[in-house]
Amino acid sequence: MVKPDVQKNDVVVEVEGLSKTFNGVAAVEGVSFRIHRGEIVGLLGPNGAGKTTIIQMLLGVLTPTAGTVRLFGLDVHRHRESVLGRVNFSSTYVSLPYSLTVTENLRVFARLYRLPHPEARIRELLQRFELEPTAHQLVRGLSSGQLTRLCLAKALLNRPEVLFLDEPTASLDPDMAEKTRRLLRDVRAQEHTAILYTSHNMREMEQMCDRILFLHRGRIIAAGTPREVLSAYGEEDLEALFLRIARGGSRVEAS
Amino acid sequence: MKAHRVLAVTLRHLYLYKRSLSRMLEVFYFPLLDILVWGFITVYLQQFQKALPHFLVFLLGALILWDILYRTQQGISISFLEEMWSRNLLNLFASPLTPGEFLAATMIISLVKLTLSATVAVFLAWLLYGFNLFRIGISLVPFVLNLILMGWAVGILTTAVILRYGQKAEVLAWGLAFLFQPLSAVFYPVAVFPRPLAVVALAVPATHVFEGMRAVIQTHRFPVEHLAWAFGLNAVYLAVSLAFFYRIFRVVREKGLLLKIGE
Ligand SMILES: Nc1ncnc2c1ncn2[C@@H]1O[C@H](COP(=O)(O)OP(=O)(O)OP(=O)(O)O)[C@@H](O)[C@H]1O
Ligand SMILES: [Mg+2]
Repeated sequence: MVKPDVQKNDVVVEVEGLSKTFNGVAAVEGVSFRIHRGEIVGLLGPNGAGKTTIIQMLLGVLTPTAGTVRLFGLDVHRHRESVLGRVNFSSTYVSLPYSLTVTENLRVFARLYRLPHPEARIRELLQRFELEPTAHQLVRGLSSGQLTRLCLAKALLNRPEVLFLDEPTASLDPDMAEKTRRLLRDVRAQEHTAILYTSHNMREMEQMCDRILFLHRGRIIAAGTPREVLSAYGEEDLEALFLRIARGGSRVEAS
Repeated sequence: MKAHRVLAVTLRHLYLYKRSLSRMLEVFYFPLLDILVWGFITVYLQQFQKALPHFLVFLLGALILWDILYRTQQGISISFLEEMWSRNLLNLFASPLTPGEFLAATMIISLVKLTLSATVAVFLAWLLYGFNLFRIGISLVPFVLNLILMGWAVGILTTAVILRYGQKAEVLAWGLAFLFQPLSAVFYPVAVFPRPLAVVALAVPATHVFEGMRAVIQTHRFPVEHLAWAFGLNAVYLAVSLAFFYRIFRVVREKGLLLKIGE
């Protein structure tokens, strides 16, 4: 008998009817989706569409107004400790302590996530992100691109099964952005990491994502592989589709 | 509560202190100035030794003990501010770290800071004025313990308010403990208060510590009653501040303030 590849088809993220209202204004409304092991899913949409809000709810740092978030089948708000040890995140909205060196920062998080061989893992990540020359430099002295890479290294420390990345390439030069994308694809290939990804770089989204979720005013208005979404709207590329949706608002219909 | 996570956060702050001269100075600088100013005032007032036989012990002892409370409170709230300033809160709380583990780490840090600055203060008082704090004797231990407990309670309260109101409330990290100072009868007995104020003062744990300390020095009797009050009140203060902190943490998760705080 052939064993089905459960590993690869596992649903690791399950979001049902997720909503968030801030002071009576809906930021996210009735969002549902799933992410499988090893899948890269892009969350895209105009400024204020609700991407960061969704990611915060998935990380359990923001309480939903309605709906559920399950990671590995467990409710993230009820099983924070066991779930959050298996995921990680990086975001343009956070930083790392400035007065610590690159290595010290990684050591702190290595302990927080209780890595079995912290020093080896830290060396490996410094090398992967070309941060070795800065290993003993204070974070204060890093360029913004180096800081971004350090945050990504922190996000990979615990070999997360699900990785949440909120605009991870925003401050990288084209060369580094390309290397980072390659690295994330490698991580996915080697460790079957699921990645939920936001970016305002549409080419990047086309290259990176197996599937995209197009968010507009807190709702998912299109979902599927980039190709499926483009053909539903009859557009050539995501950039054109993005402009059409952002400017035309919710009146835009799939053809 | 997982020890490795508590130690991770503790380590982060030890790295910080190891490197930061200004933070190290803060630990030593203020005790030094305090001891100098108050010490010389005391030396001067010693001329009236006959009227006030225990003056030196009263003032210098009170000063060193008050600093224990203040340093402990700061150890907690400033550690929190450091995370806020470096925009690290989301990194921490999107990991398995619990709010309770975070507080436990800040408590350890406050003990480290306190040990450093109290050692300096005690040593200086001995060096400059020949004042030996340990003269107060073994009763010092439960007194100090109560000051630490109250320092934690005030520190947790302060942290909760900063968590909720962000930078606007930052000043509390330096100021809230001092709100309790006039009430705590640090440098004078509760007897100087008018009746209604005395009642309020006696609801502050530190008041019983300082009253108790004076009783030891004057009567050489161990003030069991003051100590019992101090422990009882501290239990209440800690329970209330912890409940408040957890409640605020829930509000913060609802309003999404972890990402916004410090901006
Ligand atoms: N903590 C908060 N309190 C009040 N309103 C909020 C809060 N966080 C987000 N919002 C609002 O929710 C909406 C969605 O914001 P969010 O940050 O999720 O957008 P986004 O898709 O990440 O946008 P961007 O591309 O600019 O990063 C916005 O209207 C924003 O003003
Ligand atoms: Mg955003």
